[in-house]
Amino acid sequence: MIQWQVIIPLLIFLVIIFGIGIWANKQIRTSSSFLQEYFLGGREMGGFLLAMTMMATYGSASSFIGGPGVSYNLGLGWVLLAMAQLPAGYFVLMVLGKKFAIISRRYETITLIDFLKKRYESNVVVIISAISIIVFLFASMTAQWVGGARLIESLTGLNYTAALIIFAVTVLVYVIIGGFRAVALTDALQGSIMIIGTVILLIGTIVAGGGLDTIMNSLANENPNMLTPYGADGSLTPLYVSTFWILIGLGVIGLPQIAVRAMSYKDSKSLHRAIIIGTIGIGTIMFGMHLIGVLARPVLPGVEVGDKVMPLLTLKVLPPILAGIVLAAPMAAIMSTVNALLILVSSTVVKDIYLNFINPKATEAQIKSRSFYVTTIIGLAVVFFALKPPEFLIWLNLFAFGGLESAFLWSVIFGLYWKKANKYGAIASMISGLALYITIHLLSPHIFGMHTVTLPILCSFIIFVAVSLATQQKTVTVHIEK
Amino acid sequence: MQDKRFKIANREALIGVVLVLINFAIWFGFAYGLGNGDPKDYTYLFGFPAWFFYSCIAGTIFMIVLIWITIKLFFKDVSFSDEVDKE
Repeated sequence: MIQWQVIIPLLIFLVIIFGIGIWANKQIRTSSSFLQEYFLGGREMGGFLLAMTMMATYGSASSFIGGPGVSYNLGLGWVLLAMAQLPAGYFVLMVLGKKFAIISRRYETITLIDFLKKRYESNVVVIISAISIIVFLFASMTAQWVGGARLIESLTGLNYTAALIIFAVTVLVYVIIGGFRAVALTDALQGSIMIIGTVILLIGTIVAGGGLDTIMNSLANENPNMLTPYGADGSLTPLYVSTFWILIGLGVIGLPQIAVRAMSYKDSKSLHRAIIIGTIGIGTIMFGMHLIGVLARPVLPGVEVGDKVMPLLTLKVLPPILAGIVLAAPMAAIMSTVNALLILVSSTVVKDIYLNFINPKATEAQIKSRSFYVTTIIGLAVVFFALKPPEFLIWLNLFAFGGLESAFLWSVIFGLYWKKANKYGAIASMISGLALYITIHLLSPHIFGMHTVTLPILCSFIIFVAVSLATQQKTVTVHIEK
Repeated sequence: MQDKRFKIANREALIGVVLVLINFAIWFGFAYGLGNGDPKDYTYLFGFPAWFFYSCIAGTIFMIVLIWITIKLFFKDVSFSDEVDKE
């Protein structure tokens, strides 16, 4: 069944996004430095754009589809857990902050790896970083792509392949021709839709449920544990939930797709505004969407697949046109994550691999054509894999978030703030963080009742410090500050 | 000579760490302090269990206000380009 009233707002949304891509392409053709323009948008983002692109890149399918599904089954405890994401709005920008902005300008770094290369002067660091970015983010992109296609499939009644192609063509065209500027501008639109959609659906759900008191009463009658911080089955222990602060709050600094945004804004004012707007935005979305999942339970009982809670609820409690707008929100969340990953993987291949190792003397025209080709090839490869997602990619995607954090977090933070940090420490901490993360994930994901990411982050911290101190004589301290 | 702008940047990064600690304390304290008992004895505020209201709603609003004030009071405008700084 095709519901045109739901589809029309979605189509309008796609058309606007297309237009933005074309407009951004004009900027690229008139820019003096192609690399800065294509991969960083010319470092011109203002506060609102920065806040929206941070938020939209960070908020993905799991915030709009997966998350509410889990809240539906676990109750308010999962909303509490989701609120550990609030620091992602201010902590990243405050800690990377002005220092990262100044240093990345001084050395004209385009990617996070550029920064690590200047700081540690080590090709090993570059190679480990590039491989982990390409492998992990390729897997996440495939997973998000699959999620986007499934969403279109369930909303429009198109088959999976057709849905995937519509989704892929839209994203690929505007990212390939428009680069980072198109990504950031569409993120602003997508981010706004995410916030507006959340608020509309939250209000609609409360009204449909007959007010908060009625909803809370029926939750209490069904299972009083739904109203506790411990979850419907008591599985959310304080220690377990607290360790999520590392994964989805503090460790976000180590995500390259987030960190690169912290070198792309215009000035101090942009940073200050972005911190405030971003925190409000992330707070609203994470609180709203996860609470919606809980409130949905009495309104729409008996949904068996968690991922279907949000789309079904929207269609049930809102009139079709509003439903179309609200359902554009998860679509926006998926697109804005995918587009950031695509441009990032492309910049890694072009700037960190091609220009570092293959052809350091590439001309401006060569860089330009390579950038377009690489972005296109990666995009098409993702579509190819998403048609029939192989097991190993889905499996890799599970590691992506925590794996990247384990690899990058300390190299970035110590690289910025600790003079004695050296390449030996960075390499040791990256390898041990990654290895430990994958091992724990495979053997005992809830080791000592904590989230998988906790131990790798702690151990790679200790290893970084110990190895750096032990190898002080071997290296001349790099003075990035002078 | 140490660049003055990095002193400012370091201080602001430390402020970020302090804010996260406050954020975590509010979140954890209210959630597990008030949410510890039997759900039957929960008190409610604006339709939500009190632990949830304080930890997730009031706590979040408080943090946003605190961040706003912190930025207005302590965050400095600095130039990001080296040329301007040398003038």
